Amino acid sequence: MNFGLNESQTTLKNTVRKFLAAECPPADVRKLIETENVFDANLWKKMAEQGWMGIIFPEEFGGFGMGAVELAAVLEEMGRALLPGPYLSTLTAGAVIHEAGDAAQKKRYLAAICSGEAKSTLALLEDKASWDPSAVSMRAAAKSGQYALNGRKLFVSDAGVADFLVVAARLEGEPALFVVPKGAAGMNISAMSGMDLTRKLYEVTFENVMVAPEAMLASGQHAASALDRALNIGTVAISAEMVGGMQRLLEITVEYAKTRKQFGKPIGSFQAVQHQCADMLVYTESSRSAAYFAAYSITEGTPDAAASVSVAKSYASEAYRECGNRAIQVHGGMGFTWESDCHLYYRRAKASELAFGDALYHRERIAKLIVDAAKVRTEEAAAISVS
Amino acid sequence: MDLNLNPQEVQFRNELRAWLQANVPTDWEARRTEDDMLSRFQYLKQWQKKMYEAGWTGVSWPKEFGGRGATLMEQAIFYEEMARAGAPPMANTLGLSLIGPTIIHYGTPQQKARFLPKILSADEIWCQGFSEPNAGSDLAGLRTESRLDGDHFTVNGQKVWNSYGWAADWCALVTRSDPASQAHKGLTYLLVDMKSPGVEVRPLRQMTGESEFCEIFFHDVRVPKQNVLGTIGDGWKVALGTLSHERATLGTGMQIAFKRQFERLVDLSRTIERNGKPAAEDPIVRQKLASSYADLEIMRLNQMRALTRIMQTGQPGPEGSLLKICWSELNQRFQQVAQEILGPYGQLTKGNGHAIDDGQWAYSFLRTRGNTIEAGTSEVQRNIIGHFVLGLPKSY
Repeated sequence: MNFGLNESQTTLKNTVRKFLAAECPPADVRKLIETENVFDANLWKKMAEQGWMGIIFPEEFGGFGMGAVELAAVLEEMGRALLPGPYLSTLTAGAVIHEAGDAAQKKRYLAAICSGEAKSTLALLEDKASWDPSAVSMRAAAKSGQYALNGRKLFVSDAGVADFLVVAARLEGEPALFVVPKGAAGMNISAMSGMDLTRKLYEVTFENVMVAPEAMLASGQHAASALDRALNIGTVAISAEMVGGMQRLLEITVEYAKTRKQFGKPIGSFQAVQHQCADMLVYTESSRSAAYFAAYSITEGTPDAAASVSVAKSYASEAYRECGNRAIQVHGGMGFTWESDCHLYYRRAKASELAFGDALYHRERIAKLIVDAAKVRTEEAAAISVS
Repeated sequence: MDLNLNPQEVQFRNELRAWLQANVPTDWEARRTEDDMLSRFQYLKQWQKKMYEAGWTGVSWPKEFGGRGATLMEQAIFYEEMARAGAPPMANTLGLSLIGPTIIHYGTPQQKARFLPKILSADEIWCQGFSEPNAGSDLAGLRTESRLDGDHFTVNGQKVWNSYGWAADWCALVTRSDPASQAHKGLTYLLVDMKSPGVEVRPLRQMTGESEFCEIFFHDVRVPKQNVLGTIGDGWKVALGTLSHERATLGTGMQIAFKRQFERLVDLSRTIERNGKPAAEDPIVRQKLASSYADLEIMRLNQMRALTRIMQTGQPGPEGSLLKICWSELNQRFQQVAQEILGPYGQLTKGNGHAIDDGQWAYSFLRTRGNTIEAGTSEVQRNIIGHFVLGLPKSY
């Protein structure tokens, strides 16, 4: 048994850390968040040259064909650096295309993602703001050999820079997935100003947006299960990204507690402060265990893979927020300033908590998978070991 | 990452599983809550003897000392399988997991030959004399004195929180042999015969009503010099040096035991009503059960990571504190969830006809209250993380 990264995974993780330290230092993050779409084309190109765009996608489309553990390692570093921009959005949209699309569609869209040529995002949520795909009600209808899309999507991350959107809709009552290019007639994208300054949200309206038949990735049960698998990948990815954010918060908080002096000594020598830092470590490491296990489980296709994804996200959702709370508290007044990086992570923590389903959503999912599915073990009913 | 067992581990597991299936007594569940502690302990001694005869005690000990030389992973499997089979614990827990390995590490050939076989066979039960009334979390403040007088020490003082002291034949005792010394210096680790004149054991009744723990008083107790473990004055190192890898593997059994309780609670939540429908359908109950499941999974995964780390570095790190915080706090949260689901029935204790599972939930609720105190309080664990893991200045 080995619950840890192997040599090549460790190398990959270190490479990403080094790259981002050089190419996306905190000062650059600060500059980027002042821009409209928090997108740096030059940085994107360099990241694409590293091959990260297609990390989990097959080599035939220009990807690396790696597993979710490698993906998690990359995302952890991105989260640590608070990398702005559409990486996670593009990855999630790519995962849907990979799971749902046919060979021609993958060749067309996935290859463009892998090369760095295209950015994308998944448009899933609507007015109900539910991450459960069954809540989708946006209408798709066959119309003169094409499909007409009508409806409104909300909370679509990075739509402002997406070259095409992957849109979840309902066709004759059944789930269906479409690719819609930017600039499509009748599609209107406007910003929704959210707390997270590093990942922008958008409202996207569709008014008789016409797409060709080959723009439909899948429909019916195939679309539903493909979307489910892709969301598992996206959820693992954001869980790992959240681990990186927690790690960074822990580092800067411990550093501050060691250097900031009150009453003649570092505040980190006071147990009230020290124990907050210890709690941050417990949150961070526990989130890390859960995120990497979820990554491993979906790669191996273990029976508890879906539950493990929800364990990771439900835990990280609360843990990241709580790490943000502790970090700001330990930083004191300094932590409440705009100048401190704490609030940038705190904002990201809140947005990440809500993205891909919050803790309540994932715990209900666990309940469905575990509580509802568990068999009554009458023979074991009496046999319980205690404490 | 690879979370599969290798062929050797699979073989070890299968062999153990088959043996347990054939040999785990069926009446343990009934016996485990019986009031007569002595008769229950006798039962556990017999069980350990049976395991000993089949070669299943001290699996982690080197073969030359009667063990199996099991790898760390096999030890983890051992505790997992024991819990999975619902096997009784072994009587000589401290002897097997802490004191035996310490004797193996620091003992003279004579001490090894004298003590080890009887630890394995449960012919001699061991307790540990570390904590004192005024030296709990601050163990280094211990005052029980041992004075060297020719070929023996004379011991005077008081120890407390000695698990199963009332059943022990021997005590691994940490004493202050240099009265002028402070803190970690001047301590000597003695192996003390509990039948020596001047040893008085008083069971300590805990809030559950049972007496797992004791107080031990030493009045002019004579201990032969040859019963020093390690060297005189070096007792701190001996006491802490081999707090050992067992800690990391013991938890694997605990995790399975918790999971079985969780599964039982899920089953109960289907039959117990809440707001006119089964509790398992109540959204808040579902949230809480899911949260417990996540807690348990995270405990298991943190343990696997810690095990991996020990296998790679050969050393259990201060990260053990993280595991301790995890299991103890999750167990308390879980018992509270159980109480909320069981409602008024949860408070009923053993013997009442209305009690669910013969009052074991009420018992567990009380017993787990001790979890964040025993084996290092949560506060001490957080100090350890703060200082030794995060590098913050020492806070005490």
